[in-house]
Amino acid sequence: MSIAAGTPPKETFRIDMLWTDERYRSLFIQAIAMMLLMLGFAWLVSNTINNLSALGKDFDFGFLSEPASYDINQRLIEYNSRDTHARAALVGILNTLLVAFLGCITATFIGVAAGVLRLSKNWLVARLMSVFVEGFRNVPLLLWILLVMAAVTETLPQPRAFRGEETGAFVATNRGIYTPAPVFEDGGWTVVAVFIASIIGIIVFRKWAAMKQAATGEQLPVLWISLGILFVPATLVYFILGMPIRLEYPTLQGFNFQGGIHLRNSLLALWIALSLYTGAFIAEIVRAGILSVSHGQTEAAYALGLRPNRTMNLVILPQALRVIVPPLISQYLNLTKNSSLAIAVGYMDATGTLGGITLNQTGREMECVLLLMAFYLAVSLTISALMNLYNSRVKLVER
Amino acid sequence: MAATNAHNVAFVADTQYPDAPPPASEVGVLGWLKENLFSSWGNAALTVLSIAFLAYILPGFIDWAVMKSVWNASSLAECREIIAARHGEGATGACWAVVNERFNQLMYGFYPDELRWRPNIAFLLLVAALAPVLFQTMRPLAYAMAGLLGLQIIAFAYKTYTGAEYAIINPTLIATIAIGVAALVFQHQRGKWFYLTFAYPVIAYFILWGGVFLEPVETSKFGGFLLTMVIGVTGIAASLPIGILLALGRASNLPILKIICTTFIEFIRGVPLITLLFVASTLLNYFMPPGTNFDIVARVLIMVTLFASAYMAEVIRGGLAALPKGQYEAADTLGLTYWQGMRLIILPQALKISIPGIVNTFIGLFKDTTLVVVIGLLDPLGLTNPIRSDSAWNGIIWELYGFIALMFFIFCWGMSRYSQHLEVRLRAGDRR
Repeated sequence: MSIAAGTPPKETFRIDMLWTDERYRSLFIQAIAMMLLMLGFAWLVSNTINNLSALGKDFDFGFLSEPASYDINQRLIEYNSRDTHARAALVGILNTLLVAFLGCITATFIGVAAGVLRLSKNWLVARLMSVFVEGFRNVPLLLWILLVMAAVTETLPQPRAFRGEETGAFVATNRGIYTPAPVFEDGGWTVVAVFIASIIGIIVFRKWAAMKQAATGEQLPVLWISLGILFVPATLVYFILGMPIRLEYPTLQGFNFQGGIHLRNSLLALWIALSLYTGAFIAEIVRAGILSVSHGQTEAAYALGLRPNRTMNLVILPQALRVIVPPLISQYLNLTKNSSLAIAVGYMDATGTLGGITLNQTGREMECVLLLMAFYLAVSLTISALMNLYNSRVKLVER
Repeated sequence: MAATNAHNVAFVADTQYPDAPPPASEVGVLGWLKENLFSSWGNAALTVLSIAFLAYILPGFIDWAVMKSVWNASSLAECREIIAARHGEGATGACWAVVNERFNQLMYGFYPDELRWRPNIAFLLLVAALAPVLFQTMRPLAYAMAGLLGLQIIAFAYKTYTGAEYAIINPTLIATIAIGVAALVFQHQRGKWFYLTFAYPVIAYFILWGGVFLEPVETSKFGGFLLTMVIGVTGIAASLPIGILLALGRASNLPILKIICTTFIEFIRGVPLITLLFVASTLLNYFMPPGTNFDIVARVLIMVTLFASAYMAEVIRGGLAALPKGQYEAADTLGLTYWQGMRLIILPQALKISIPGIVNTFIGLFKDTTLVVVIGLLDPLGLTNPIRSDSAWNGIIWELYGFIALMFFIFCWGMSRYSQHLEVRLRAGDRR
């Protein structure tokens, strides 16, 4: 059998090869998808331009530098109604971050406690925790926020009920909870600076102690030395400078309490409801994480002669955390996004300022919603970038 | 040699003695208590704390919610009078009468009174359409219809007892019986019932919205749990196929397609649902050609579906990634095309793995439907405001929220229980 030598028959391009031939098919499909996407976008944009011009509106962020002329009672930075919309949005964004930060911390504590207790051998406690977890996971968050809000405003006494009583440091009224506020006098910030320096010192010390143990095997009493570094210098400086930080207690003046830190109902309701709701989800994550570490690991650690607490710290936790942390961080993300429900109780977060009053006052729906989405997207992408960093650090290295 | 030196041993047992009973502290109620509640000092402390907590909460709650509750009254003031008359001045009790009196509103919103049989039938058909998906035979559907029939008879008996008008022969009852009988007769033709499942969206649309020969109903009249069901079920039904396509796109090796899908998914997952609802309420009309004006419920449905599909896509992508690479290679080796391989080999397994995640997304979506309150739709939570602004019910809080919470709990918890059952059933193939 002989095959004619020479060039192989020249393959001609036929149109049906675009979708039958592997070489062209993927390019062809993608080109079509891209074209459809572009067409769709062009259609939406042209519609929008037509609609906006029909209404005599334009696309302009200039409104941000105009005065907002509305008040925000909950604020972390200076703000009054003559400030700009941009400033109002910043106040809202800081409020979102505040409640998200507080919520993440408490939700973690609640979640870890509930998750561990649900695995407890104590029948009653395990059942109670199941009720808590199932109850909170299966009822909408908005309902919980409204319920907590109602509980705070309906069941706590009015401020005037405290007339003539010694109120002490903490006061719970139906307008919110008042706590003592620290007041910094001359030198107060020095104490804070010393305290922060001690924390950095502890980190350095622990690194050094770990290196020393690795090199010589000698173990230092790390915990006691750390506690010493944490408290002794700051306390010394505090007394040497003549107690420059004092606490200001809330006092009843007129119909309301003055002084101290005022945690408003809206913040409280949002904070408590978000913590409990997210805590229930975190409890399940923690439980799954602990269950995911096989029993053989504990037994192996005991066989090596490790004591129970070192087994927990060195063997179980690192493995459980690898399972726990990624979903935990996505719960933090959910909590941050869910904090936008603040609008239901009138807490002025980013959605309440930028997507609420500013939007209604200026009528700039397009710009406001875009900015709002950009903010949440930035937070989400930052958090997921951190999560990816963590994941790549703890990933099991396989062959 | 035991037998040989038996003479110089004091005592040799030649039969086995029965085991002594275990100590009383190890078996029975006591043993259970010791094992489960008081196994250590820490555990005992936890138990005592829990009992103290329950003793603090439960009696008061039961007293309020059950013992001193009022079911029949026309206003909050009347409730309080009844409680004061029965239990003395200063007693507090739950006024469930609000749920009793506003039940229809909480269920249907402002859907016209005389047309409420239509949502009823849509719901019955929904149960019938879900049955082939949920069960292996149609027998459970017949049971469900029997249960619903029982409920209607109880409602009838209650209404006639309280002297209210209630026609026992109504379209809802007839539909219940018809579906129940059909379920019994065709209980083994599960495949046929899937036609109903696929036709359901169209049927439900005509029943609820009206048109053709039914009187049209505006969506502004939709409310209560009817609205929750419309948004939830549409979102669930539409998000699954879109989510599958998005997941396949994100997992595909066509770079442009992958980028498009990934951007969409990450964008939707990165913003809260509220901002998407703002888009629905304020911006969506800008994106459409001038002159189109479709109503707010339809706009919300679009955004909720997009939102749910992005989450669904991530869940299914997890399932796709969890399959061993050999499965994909096996599909290629058999000479299957991409779609054949996906349909016959990859997706059945990937979807099975993702069931818990899919059901969690469903539950999340169902709960998230309450957010439509923010843009002014009257779902059950939104209805609490008009109910409370009525002077008769001004000041009622816990009973309304409690009832709504209970309804959501039953639904969501039921779904999660079913998914656990489904996991067990589908794992049957893996059992050896």
